[in-house]
Amino acid sequence: MPPTDLDDDDPAVTDAPWLGSAETSEGTQELTARHATDERLLALERGAVLRLPEGAALDFGDMDVENPEDETMIINLGPQHPSTHGVLRVMLELKGETVLRTKPVIGYLHTGMEKTAEDLMYIQGGTNVTRMDYLSPFFNECAFSLAVEKLLEIEVPERAQWIRMLMMELNRMSSHILFLATNGLDMGATSMMIYGWRERELLLAFFERVTGLRMNHNYIRPGGVAADLPDGWRDDVLDILDVLPGRLDEYDTLFTNQTVWRQRSEGVGVISPEQPVALSLTGPSLRSTGVAYDVRAAFPYLRYDELEFDVITGTVGDVFDRYAVRFNEIRESMRLVRQILERMPKGDYRIQDSKITPPPRGRIDESMEALIHHFKLFTEGFTVPAGEVYVAVESPRGEVGCYLVSDGGSKPYRMHWRAPSFANLQALPVMMRGGFVADGIAIISSLDPVLGDVDR
Amino acid sequence: MTDVADEVEPAAEPERHAGALVTWSRGQEVLHPTRETYVETVRALRDDGFALCADVTSVDYLERPARDLPSGVAPERFEVVVNLVSFEPPRRIRVRVQVPESDPTVPTLWDLYPGVEFFEREVFDLMGIRFDGHPDLTRILMPEDWEGHPLRKDYPIGAVPVQFKAAPPTR
Repeated sequence: MPPTDLDDDDPAVTDAPWLGSAETSEGTQELTARHATDERLLALERGAVLRLPEGAALDFGDMDVENPEDETMIINLGPQHPSTHGVLRVMLELKGETVLRTKPVIGYLHTGMEKTAEDLMYIQGGTNVTRMDYLSPFFNECAFSLAVEKLLEIEVPERAQWIRMLMMELNRMSSHILFLATNGLDMGATSMMIYGWRERELLLAFFERVTGLRMNHNYIRPGGVAADLPDGWRDDVLDILDVLPGRLDEYDTLFTNQTVWRQRSEGVGVISPEQPVALSLTGPSLRSTGVAYDVRAAFPYLRYDELEFDVITGTVGDVFDRYAVRFNEIRESMRLVRQILERMPKGDYRIQDSKITPPPRGRIDESMEALIHHFKLFTEGFTVPAGEVYVAVESPRGEVGCYLVSDGGSKPYRMHWRAPSFANLQALPVMMRGGFVADGIAIISSLDPVLGDVDR
Repeated sequence: MTDVADEVEPAAEPERHAGALVTWSRGQEVLHPTRETYVETVRALRDDGFALCADVTSVDYLERPARDLPSGVAPERFEVVVNLVSFEPPRRIRVRVQVPESDPTVPTLWDLYPGVEFFEREVFDLMGIRFDGHPDLTRILMPEDWEGHPLRKDYPIGAVPVQFKAAPPTR
């Protein structure tokens, strides 16, 4: 689909392709068509992003009543709108039904979690970061824990690493399944919403058995994980792996084979490979354009270098590709989970260093040492050598990064969160440009933003 | 995870990359350009294959002036930290620039990476560092009329008046 011309109000533009000259009342227009501009230059040209104060409203004095053809209007989508996935407000500059420029307005959910982190000990930090991207809490916890462990220069036991990978891959599945659900809802496939929540419930029930909580687990902690996997966990995971493939095939039929849905998603919100890299887009949305950047493959952490998996990429970079990449990543995660089940080693689930992880509960009644360690750990926490690190993991939404500065105390001096949803929103204006408002709903949905992650 | 801290070795010639002094922090490469050479260093890195600017952030070292810097780089109160990623070969690099308190301004990277727009707005909003040449340097997370920059270490916590009051009694 050629990009629509937006700057000339020439109706012939839709007929005349984006190359060559256009016929006007004054003869052939020799000026190179707007479409001939390189897409990267267009993105650089401040074209797509609306830069207005958040409080800007339409000034009726500015309206050219005599010539309604020139009229553009600015409308708000959100912050209270069911398809914005939270309190995302999008200012749209419209010309008729066509979106010209867009400004995402965020911050409605900002609670200063980076500042809060400076007041929490490392042992408490997980409770904070797990609430940022609440649909993929394990990734947040893992990024934080890996950063702390890198500063401490410790390596957690092998079993803890495999448990972390297991939980994260299951979490990736639950997050992508929820994406299918909300994406279906936004695009009018409401039954998919019900199915998606149902499937996600399978995974959340497993998380609850392992961690005690359905969300915000604080399960992955510096030094390992909070508790060993419960009895019968292997059967639980196998049950999920038995049920899901059949259901996924059904959804494939429901979405991929459905003409209405395909027409709604194909060629909508296209973004070329150079643009998203320049716009710091990561995750499935980046891979849908054909850029095979996956932190698991590029910078393997934990034991991902020992596992076999494919980095799923798309070709076009439209709404359909972003859906298809996520859909196939669910299957890829199931492949990973199977490998993890085979290779799950025995051993400690957390590092046996009483300076970092608490002693077993039973030891506290018997051993004075254990009691002292327990007391010190939960009142003062453990200290981390001074330094600064940046650690990234691949979450369902992209690269989650934790930049951690320690001053040698028991609390982070500074913790910065590289939130993928936050960075991904920058690509929204480029994707929205030239589309319809109704396409905008599909595009927002295809980016899969989590506003808790955007605003932190 | 197997990385070993590699402190700055007393070499005869200090290590340089893209015109900036290099240190290693837990096995991660860190560049220390000055404010004047900052953009040139990042431009050289981008031309060298660092296509993705993963992150721009900042640190306020008000309470802890001492930190690992190569000799020749004077510590200042603020630091702007840029994380870059190269896809082929896979490689990460970090750029740290010292920003003085008296003039908290650095040039923008927006011309090199349009994707830093949100990151730099966030740094401006929460840390109060200005980016010269940024197309839309406004608050992004805090309300537009907010005063102060909350992530600064001297920002008074708890000094914000309570915005919500109890409902007036009906009788």
